[in-house]
Amino acid sequence: MQVPAPLEYERATSVDHALGLLERLGSSARLLAGGHSLLPMMKLRLANPEYLIDINDLHGELGYIRMEPAQIRIGAMTRHRELLESDALAEAFPIFRDAERVIADPVVRNRGTLGGSLCQADPSEDLSAVCTTLGASCVIRNRTGERVVTMEEFHRGPYETAVEDGEMLVEIRIPVRGGGSSAYEKVERRAGDWAIVSAGAAVWLDGEVIADARVGLAAVGPNTTGLPAVSEALRGKRPSEDLYERAGALAAENCNPATDMRGSADYKRHLAKELTRRALRRSVARINEGV
Amino acid sequence: MTAVDQHPAAAFEDNDQKPVGHGRMLRKEDPRFIRGKGRFCDDVQLPGMLHLAILRSPVAHARIVSIDTSAAEAHPKVKAVVTGAALAEMGLAWMPTLSGDVQAVLATDKVRFQGQEVAFVVAEDRYAARDALELIDVEYDLLEPVIDARRALDPSAPVIRDDLDGKRNNHVFDWETGDEAATEAVFAAADVAVTQDIVYPRVHPAPMETCGSVADYDRIDGRLTLWSTTQAPHAHRTLYAIVAGLPEHKIRVISPDLGGGFGGKVPIYPGYVCSIVASIVTGKPVKWMEDRSENLTSTGFARDYIMRGEIAATRDGRILAVRTNVLADHGAFNGVAAPVKYPAGFFGVFTGSYDLEAAYCKMTAVYTNKAPGGVAYACSFRITEAVYLIERLVDCLAYELKMDPVELRIKNFIQPEQFPYKTKTGWVYDSGDYEPTMRKAMEIAGYDELRAEQVERRARGELMGIGISFFTEAVGAGPRKDMDILGLGMADGCELRVHPTGKAVVRLSVQSQGQGHETTFAQIVAEEIGIPPADIDVVHGDTDQTPFGLGTYGSRSTPVSGAAAALVARKVRDKARLIASGMLEVSVADLEWQKGSFHVKGDPTKSVTIQDIAMRAHGAGDLPEGVEGGLEAQICYNPENLTYPHGAYICVVDIDPGTAQVKVRRFIAVDDCGTRINPMIIEGQVHGGLTDGVGMALMEMIAFDEDGNCLGGSLMDYLIPTSLEVPDWETGFTVTPSPHHPIGAKGVGESATVGSPPAIVNAVVDALKPFGIRHADMPLTPSRVWDAMRGAPQPPI
Repeated sequence: MQVPAPLEYERATSVDHALGLLERLGSSARLLAGGHSLLPMMKLRLANPEYLIDINDLHGELGYIRMEPAQIRIGAMTRHRELLESDALAEAFPIFRDAERVIADPVVRNRGTLGGSLCQADPSEDLSAVCTTLGASCVIRNRTGERVVTMEEFHRGPYETAVEDGEMLVEIRIPVRGGGSSAYEKVERRAGDWAIVSAGAAVWLDGEVIADARVGLAAVGPNTTGLPAVSEALRGKRPSEDLYERAGALAAENCNPATDMRGSADYKRHLAKELTRRALRRSVARINEGV
Repeated sequence: MTAVDQHPAAAFEDNDQKPVGHGRMLRKEDPRFIRGKGRFCDDVQLPGMLHLAILRSPVAHARIVSIDTSAAEAHPKVKAVVTGAALAEMGLAWMPTLSGDVQAVLATDKVRFQGQEVAFVVAEDRYAARDALELIDVEYDLLEPVIDARRALDPSAPVIRDDLDGKRNNHVFDWETGDEAATEAVFAAADVAVTQDIVYPRVHPAPMETCGSVADYDRIDGRLTLWSTTQAPHAHRTLYAIVAGLPEHKIRVISPDLGGGFGGKVPIYPGYVCSIVASIVTGKPVKWMEDRSENLTSTGFARDYIMRGEIAATRDGRILAVRTNVLADHGAFNGVAAPVKYPAGFFGVFTGSYDLEAAYCKMTAVYTNKAPGGVAYACSFRITEAVYLIERLVDCLAYELKMDPVELRIKNFIQPEQFPYKTKTGWVYDSGDYEPTMRKAMEIAGYDELRAEQVERRARGELMGIGISFFTEAVGAGPRKDMDILGLGMADGCELRVHPTGKAVVRLSVQSQGQGHETTFAQIVAEEIGIPPADIDVVHGDTDQTPFGLGTYGSRSTPVSGAAAALVARKVRDKARLIASGMLEVSVADLEWQKGSFHVKGDPTKSVTIQDIAMRAHGAGDLPEGVEGGLEAQICYNPENLTYPHGAYICVVDIDPGTAQVKVRRFIAVDDCGTRINPMIIEGQVHGGLTDGVGMALMEMIAFDEDGNCLGGSLMDYLIPTSLEVPDWETGFTVTPSPHHPIGAKGVGESATVGSPPAIVNAVVDALKPFGIRHADMPLTPSRVWDAMRGAPQPPI
């Protein structure tokens, strides 16, 4: 029967309290946020933490979406549902609502958090692809201070992050620029499943040419993958089907999928191409439609 | 739902009415389920109850070198640790399967599949039981596993079942049906013959409730009470008596509310036996509930047939013969749940709904290092495989002949005047009128318009497919001269008792896993004796409370027990007529029955109700001479034949040409199950079965890696569909009563699961026609559809 191994449990009452516990307990402790990845792993005894520090009471402190002129700051305990329902966030970056609509199901979205999603570092995870696409940075705090890392630095491999013992992810920052839009495309075997492949795109136009563009892919490598080569190929060009085709081809070349139950490596490479095209096309259409 | 739209509003308004008999009414059992007041196995709590957890093999094939249980035994909350060796001392290490093989309760010599039971722990709570499993140290000597059934008979393959005397290979059985020579002659002379390799992958019934049991053995009076997730409580009781040597009258098996069965709860699983042993050993009640992974990896799988199908026809589309060669993967123990004379179940109906000149099937079954089973997963014993085979083959033939698949089917249907129709494999179809059913489905679908739309879409490069399936099922096992399970004939008892105030209790030998027996059977009895369904209590699922019978599976409840309920009610009515004649002081011949009362012919004012009669039957007044008091009856019904429901299904899919994702746009299901007792329950069953079909066609598969690790051990890996993957079902019906069933009803519980996978696959293959594709195997996941679009469809193994 699926029950976790014996463990000790404590509810943190503040970020400082949580950090104090983390510092004292070291690698034997795990933070419990939404719990939709950690608890199943514990029930299967794939994860056997000795201590569980429940940070759900920190939602007041770490659950927020703050719109600032140059960036959006999102607290690590912000839940999927809040990201889905935020009109301000959807207006600045429609990619968030696109992605949240296809993440799991309402039960998961009511509990799961942005910070938890990023810290799980699953190569197929949607919000990681979104944050990669948007060039987000991650704020990691410990008892003595904070440091800010890029998404590339944050994810060190499958299920592995830059968050060290005694540290926690507290905030995600997304730079804001005008004249842009974004989109997310995902193919899954069934609603709520992990992506076979998904692609995020963000495009900024300057008049009729692309000032900047970013593409992020999920499930085609050890972590969600940013594609600088695609950005380079797009900058300064006029959007066109040919351009999306070239960008898609670059995406397919620059990813490293593996065959598994969700699909063959060849198919995933094909999807990287197809979904990159679609996400770019939709992003540009949204700019032109003013959404 | 579109299904709702298609029924006149009146048909739904009567939901809140209470038909005295057949008709649409809300289910009597639903209030307790809706309010969370169902009582399932895991809800059973007994004083002093202990908890059992099973240690399972992490590998597919290995010799057990040693098992050290000392650390687990030292756990302060552990009451017992039992291994296969300990069971062997009690003579309980092996048990018979439903198909005459033996299966290890706990492994003694070798483990033969990943997830096999190796030892169990009994502890004060389920956490301690689970923790103690980690303290058992088993040393395995790894052996080469046999995973691919196609390699099982290779002389170099390791022998899995070396426990069987003299076993030198992995062969389980050969089976054939039909006439090989006659079929060969027809093929040799035919204009056209089409051959297609078709795989029906291994899938799992995956009921919402996993398997479990609570065993309570009373050491003083030697009575065993077993609550268990079983679809066949009476058959299980008899088997426990045989296996454990307990006297049958001291065993009570209770099948409480079940959260789905779908065939997966027909077999006896080692866990049930372990809980019985644990209760005997500890003297306490013991509960075992398996978790989701245990359910998916160790309980009965379904399908796993590797088929080569051949179909012969004239050039103008007259189907002449069908031939197939099947390699059946039975896993590590032959645990097929089917009548003993039918090792391949009712696969013999693979000739489908068509009037053929010849047919032949040869099958070879093999052992592999996979979970045992071969259960009838929402199908009447391998009919799903049979229907899938013939309905794919007919489409392959249509493809080669460039004929419309509907036209080809209609041209070859068995005609209404040919019934009862004996097939070339010996099955006698009781009744059928196929073309109106097909036409009705076409009418609901707007078939011609859909084909026109498809032409337009294809011109635009869009991928739209229209898939047809037409099935005939053989359900309601079965005549006891032909059908038994381990010597137990497949007849069903039924008892009806009318109380003095005219309320009644009917006791069934079958029980519900969600089918709505408490409503349907009350309606069957109500129709016959005119007592409202609300006044009829349906008792089922308890061997101490109900007459003997073989259980609910293979869509047999209504064909067999439903007939029993109707006949026992008629017996009561016959007695009521005698009493009424005394009450009205006229001869029996002068009485007329109007549902609920008898009146004197020609004078409706002189009447007595069934309730009046019930009071008289139990009262102080005189009864006619020779009539005993009371108003009750009992029968055991032995069906004369199976019933043969049929249906026409049409599926419309769209495939995204860029991503190869399949979207089921529409699904039209016209079912003919003879007399319809409660249309709402039928529609519910059809909706569920169609959803099941979408799962099998598009996403479900129990896969293994080359080491024999099961890759479908959780619902994240073994996908089952949600409401988002299915369209609004469009249902319709025709009614061709069964001539031999007392109320003309046929089974329907599994029709949709049987009929829908070929319709969906046929639709996908039809959509892929521009790529020159004639066949692609399930599950049609995006990746596999993409392979097909590139002209390289892959078998799923």
